[in-house]
Amino acid sequence: MSPLENYLLALADDALISSQRLGWWISRAPQLEEDVAMANIGLDQLGQARALLTLVGETTGQSEDELAYLRDERDFRNVCLVEREQSDFAVAMTRLLIFSTWQHELYGALTSSSHPTLAAIAAKAVKETAYHADHAAHWVLRLGDGTDESHRRMQAALEAEWPWRDELFDNTFLNEPDLNVAPHDAQLMVDGTAVDPATLREPVERRLGAVLDQATLGVPEPRVVFSKGRDGRHTEVMGYLLSEMQHLHRSHQGDTW
Amino acid sequence: MNASPEEPLWEVFVRSRRGLSHVHVGSLHAADAEMALRNARDLYTRRREGVSIWVVPAAAIEATSPDEKDSFFDPAVDKVYRHPTFYDVPEGVEHL
Amino acid sequence: MREFVTSAVTVVTVYGNDFTTPEQQAAPDSAAPRPADDEPASFRALLEADDRVEPRDEMPEAYRKTLIRQIAQHAHSEIIGMQPEGNWISRAPSLRRKAILMAKVQDEAGHGLYLYAAAETLGVDRADLLDQLHSGRQKYSSIFNYPTLTWADVGAIGWLVDGAAIVNQVPLCRCSYGPYARAMVRVCKEESFHQRQGFEILHTLSHGSDAQKAMAQDAVNRYWWPSLMMFGPPDDDSPNSAQSMAWGIKRFSNDDLRQRFIDMTVPQAEALGLTLPDDAIAWNEERGHYDFTPVDFTELFEVIRGNGPCNEQRLSHRVRAHEEGAWVREAAAAYADKQAARKQTESVA
Repeated sequence: MSPLENYLLALADDALISSQRLGWWISRAPQLEEDVAMANIGLDQLGQARALLTLVGETTGQSEDELAYLRDERDFRNVCLVEREQSDFAVAMTRLLIFSTWQHELYGALTSSSHPTLAAIAAKAVKETAYHADHAAHWVLRLGDGTDESHRRMQAALEAEWPWRDELFDNTFLNEPDLNVAPHDAQLMVDGTAVDPATLREPVERRLGAVLDQATLGVPEPRVVFSKGRDGRHTEVMGYLLSEMQHLHRSHQGDTW
Repeated sequence: MNASPEEPLWEVFVRSRRGLSHVHVGSLHAADAEMALRNARDLYTRRREGVSIWVVPAAAIEATSPDEKDSFFDPAVDKVYRHPTFYDVPEGVEHL
Repeated sequence: MREFVTSAVTVVTVYGNDFTTPEQQAAPDSAAPRPADDEPASFRALLEADDRVEPRDEMPEAYRKTLIRQIAQHAHSEIIGMQPEGNWISRAPSLRRKAILMAKVQDEAGHGLYLYAAAETLGVDRADLLDQLHSGRQKYSSIFNYPTLTWADVGAIGWLVDGAAIVNQVPLCRCSYGPYARAMVRVCKEESFHQRQGFEILHTLSHGSDAQKAMAQDAVNRYWWPSLMMFGPPDDDSPNSAQSMAWGIKRFSNDDLRQRFIDMTVPQAEALGLTLPDDAIAWNEERGHYDFTPVDFTELFEVIRGNGPCNEQRLSHRVRAHEEGAWVREAAAAYADKQAARKQTESVA
């Protein structure tokens, strides 16, 4: 796998797995309007994943479905944040706030990628993720500054999810160990294809901090979690997520749908 | 089971493209105007039906009542001279 | 809260069709609200001119109640109908299918919302209507009490269930009540994509591997009869129909619509290379229609009575979502109140 394929897969898998989790909410949201909203966001993310997987497939010779359905858990490159269980609305909105804000900064920077297709995908995604981040921020505000109960649940969700965001800024997966090149000197970064995830930390955290502040929520104390999804070392729930997502496709290998 | 408090009702108006007026498309529920706009975007413009949205609290709309129909609208019925088709234009006269 | 009375009987609206189980028809005071003899002249005049009745117009109480019940149950059907197909979103066999299915189930939530909005123009609150659904006082289409056992069921629902729904719903675009008719125009436009995607799923399966073809045939076998039941009992056993037709709510009889659906569907089944589970289906030159075996409604009435495969599951899923979302809705309301208060303070200051 080339460094570019590895990078694109990371972005694709983030979007794909996040979308898979959001899909669960359709028919389970707190109000009907929110069923529609969460489906919209899930659809946008699925669209991003498909565009990126298709781009990966151009060089690996695989279809988007082969990449989504026939890779094993260890080959998925998404951050652990997006695969975690999220059957609580506060958790779902916390996750969406963190992930979409990060995605928005990322795609904003990638619009000037030297890779024309990636820049085009980013140009579309930057508009979508702006809306996702805004939607999540509106809910975090309402839950944080709503009732005592919603404040408590929102703060608890934040405490649980916050540490998992660190992996979004981790650039070590872009190492080129054979060449003994540090991540920020990796060819992808030097030639302007990719964006160094580490550079996104400052703008993302500033935006998150502003939302939490307005929502009367406290920024959680730093806490380290073992989050190595970019290296294919996922949490145990990932296996169940993939077995559900992939089983039908895998049961009829080679068939079209 | 008791009815839970329902969020206020909002009437939604969508401008389908530039150059056209906002047109009433339906209503929805939301706790406040910001959420109402967002819900309207997701509900009424999923298929690119709009470029601009208004939301108005349903409670803020004053309407004529059907009882007033006669006094409000019938007086306009006999003023046919307000319409260009009322006038005969002699043959051969153009741009009028 | 505005006064709102619903008839206590189980009257089932299937996507805009309206019928009861036999014992409910027999019971006194159990039928749909009776038409008042003194219909307002303005109302009669609108119907006679084939004009639309609008929310603030005078209308007979029985007309209003019939519409509320029908539109609400139609809306309930849309949102309960999210579940059987939503059941396959996480497992859709390709990313393209996953995207289509998510968009489709999302549309159903949207359709439910359009319809609740139409019902609210008649002076009821959506919260009340949802409560009536959750407490079992109002029903939804029985078709959604069947499980989706395989991926092909998603195709069968799109092709047959949405197909039958469209046949029922297209005439409703000309229904006498304006807001309902307008909601249906929007719904019908969106439904046609639903039926086509279902047909496409089955077409792909029926031209795929033997296992896929068997899956498609099995789904069609299971969904065929329930789809025909969606049009309601034969006209002779459908006492509410005549009044609804006189009011311009219903435009065609149950039997006419069922026949229309069968006539459309038989050639489509041939194109799919799938059979319909009725040996009696044959073209009748004289009638200009396909003949078919009369539908046995025993099963439908069992499902309406609550004994279908998924009645309990569907309702409890819906109730759980509503109850578990209560704290979120309360938070949104509390926040809106706080914001309004803050604005007031600012404007005073």
